[in-house]
Amino acid sequence: MGRFSDKDVLLDIEDLRIEGYSDETWVPIIKGVDLKLHRGEVMGLIGESGAGKSTIGAAAMGYARDGTRISGGSIEFDGMELTTASEGERRALRGSRIAYVAQSAAASFNPAHKIIDQHTEAPVHYRIKKRMEAQEDAKELYERLRLPNPQEIGFRYPHQVSGGQLQRAMTAMAMSCRPDLIIFDEPTTALDVTTQIEVLAAIRDIVDQFNTAAIYITHDLAVVAQMADTIKVLLKGEEVEQASTDRMLSDPQEDYTKSLWAVRSFKRPQKARPTDGTKPIISVRGVDASYTGGDKVLDDVSFDIYPGMTVAVVGESGSGKSTTARVITGLLPPSKGDVLLNGEPLPPKYTNRTRDQLRQAQMIYQMADTALNPKVRIREIIGRPAQFYSGLKGPALKQRVDELLDLIELEPSKYYNRYPPELSGGQKQRIGIARALAAEPDFIICDEVTSALDQLVAEGILKLLDRLQRELNLAYMFITHDLATVRSIADEVVVMQNGRVVEQGPKDQMFTPPHHPYTDLLLSSVPEMDPNWLTTLLEERGVDNIGEAGSETKDGSEKTQSA
Amino acid sequence: MSDIFKLVMKRLGLGLVTLLVVSILIFFAVELLPGDIAQAVLGQGATEETVATLRERMGLNDPAIVRYLDWLGGAVRGDFGVSLISGGSVGDAITQRFLNTLFLATYAAVIAVPFAIVLGVLVALMRDTLFDRAANILTLTSISSPEFFLGYVLILYLSVKTGWFPAISSLSAGMSFGELLERTFLPALTLVLVVTAHMMRMTRAAIINLLASPYIEMARLKGMPPWKVIVKHALPNAWAPIINVVALNLAYLITGVVLVEVVFVYPGIGQLLVDAVAKRDFPIVQACCLIFAATFILLNLAADVGSILTNPRLRHPK
Repeated sequence: MGRFSDKDVLLDIEDLRIEGYSDETWVPIIKGVDLKLHRGEVMGLIGESGAGKSTIGAAAMGYARDGTRISGGSIEFDGMELTTASEGERRALRGSRIAYVAQSAAASFNPAHKIIDQHTEAPVHYRIKKRMEAQEDAKELYERLRLPNPQEIGFRYPHQVSGGQLQRAMTAMAMSCRPDLIIFDEPTTALDVTTQIEVLAAIRDIVDQFNTAAIYITHDLAVVAQMADTIKVLLKGEEVEQASTDRMLSDPQEDYTKSLWAVRSFKRPQKARPTDGTKPIISVRGVDASYTGGDKVLDDVSFDIYPGMTVAVVGESGSGKSTTARVITGLLPPSKGDVLLNGEPLPPKYTNRTRDQLRQAQMIYQMADTALNPKVRIREIIGRPAQFYSGLKGPALKQRVDELLDLIELEPSKYYNRYPPELSGGQKQRIGIARALAAEPDFIICDEVTSALDQLVAEGILKLLDRLQRELNLAYMFITHDLATVRSIADEVVVMQNGRVVEQGPKDQMFTPPHHPYTDLLLSSVPEMDPNWLTTLLEERGVDNIGEAGSETKDGSEKTQSA
Repeated sequence: MSDIFKLVMKRLGLGLVTLLVVSILIFFAVELLPGDIAQAVLGQGATEETVATLRERMGLNDPAIVRYLDWLGGAVRGDFGVSLISGGSVGDAITQRFLNTLFLATYAAVIAVPFAIVLGVLVALMRDTLFDRAANILTLTSISSPEFFLGYVLILYLSVKTGWFPAISSLSAGMSFGELLERTFLPALTLVLVVTAHMMRMTRAAIINLLASPYIEMARLKGMPPWKVIVKHALPNAWAPIINVVALNLAYLITGVVLVEVVFVYPGIGQLLVDAVAKRDFPIVQACCLIFAATFILLNLAADVGSILTNPRLRHPK
């Protein structure tokens, strides 16, 4: 901690207590957290969802989100006590001296205004700069953050710019008044790995250049290792421990921290294709597809999935992973090619498929929150497919639902009559799995099933899926952009880019060189725990050769912009 | 821009189809009315022969479909036939009345729309305060009271007791514009009171609906004061629902003002319609209904286009 001396303290939070309003009472969500941040220091706040990371980040701006209130403790920013300051005094700090970078830039830029107008809003409001000066400054910041066409890009509307570019534009916006402190609230969580790198590099650069202090909130340890000088681990509104990044990585003290570090340890043995002439359960052959009137989103996609095996389909957003799933389930009839089930061609539209064909294509979705009807009881959510596909009724149906709940390790008597909103994220995802199992399929499509979950919870889901696979001989098509997940559960890997399959094969082959250049790019973009990973990577590849720029040069074609 | 032009043309085409369907409904609804039209027009003193002559003259002996096509063909050329009562052209009878109604509707709209939207923004800004509650209660009271009642209350206080405004809106040729505004102030005010609540509450709801958006939080965290957050960041994204409600209310101002016209003896198209129904003057009834339908269709089209124009995603495609 030698870099920072006590007289340089910028933000001093002591015994912070915050309460949230739920069920008509105030319940504590932050239970006495201390935080000391020096000028130019970057502190990483990590923890699972519900740890209170974002709440603390907002509190550092003297801001309590709707439905929360700061109930105790002190927040001192550069000598000013924020908890007792007037709302006007606190507001005057926001945007000018403390800035905020949100998780989803796409949602946090106002769709009705041009990017640069949103950029210049704060400096003009605070009379720090005239409008034109602020615009010139914006262009300069865009250039520093290596946005394409820095002179022009600000004059576009947010929806006309890709997610990674927006996230950099938002970082530029946070810099517009040259604040002393920036709160980064999961700024890369919503991005693809290849895009994440360039945003990370840009953030690190600009924070260094202006010697800005930052609080970097994330749940991704590897990311925080690249960014932070110090790391503070939080659990359920309380501090677990704090140490410098090096020490935290090499020598975590608390059991909870160790469990976070060890979470990617789950790995199941890789299986090979059957050699006895078994037909693949699903065979996608030469499929082209497009949405109404649009360009081709799938181009000659072919791969096989054999019974009892897990095929991971990886690629960035917009690469056609989920579209392939839609073709297999019959939601989107292909314009060319076909899908075989056990060697028999499936009708292209789900409406023309028999009940038995339908039962074979079950899906588990990414957002368990939105994939379960909040107004329907668990017994019905799981019972309906069991009734539809197997014609079960009365006591037999109840028994089947109990069986399914047992399978997903939820106590039947406890969950039978509950509604989805009463469950946690991991439990909801388990219900999603049970719903898919209710059809008694041999093949399930898992669409990013763990990416919305915390790492510990996600691991539990992966273990469950693995157990079910062994017990029921299920085949999985596992759509994901997370290569760590692929490493732990896949037997075979299909890499997709721009609607095409660029490489496929057994997992061990895919993870050992030589790779297809795009696979290489994907693999090398996954952050590692080594704090020097980003620095080393940037040196190897060169700063202009990462992210979107990187995938363009490797591929030769333009990357599609994500909406 | 050409995309929007194409869209407007498409909607306009659909609107015409709707209007055609409506014309069929109107014509045959009138056709379904019980009793013989010629008999009804002539009243009790009719003899067999006069009824027969009138039927012949009105073409009532032709099959309904032929008469419908005749009527439609005339309507397309702007000829709505001849009034059964006065014998004059329906078009002439309607034109002045319709212009009067349009004038009153415009008068009320020019006051009510800005008033309702500004009030909506203010209550959204001061939500859950006394001002918010008071504005809600007052506007709800005004929308819940029957409009003829509101009209009489206004006459009582602003005309009878104080003598500020005339109670009856008698119009005459050669009146100055100022005089016209003064004479029609009370009916216009009544209409304002009736339509404000709906538009104000939608503005409030549309804005409050957006306050949980990440970009609103972003604006707050950029240190923007509450009024700027609402006016600059929430309102521009709330236009679509507001425009739709405004259009509905404008349509109401043209088609639903019968009671107000009767209270203030205002020579608008609503009164004409009521008279025509009472006297079974069907060509006028049909023409009025067709005009009302066209008003609704046009205003809804305008609302659709307005919603699209306020959506930057559609205005500035990638």
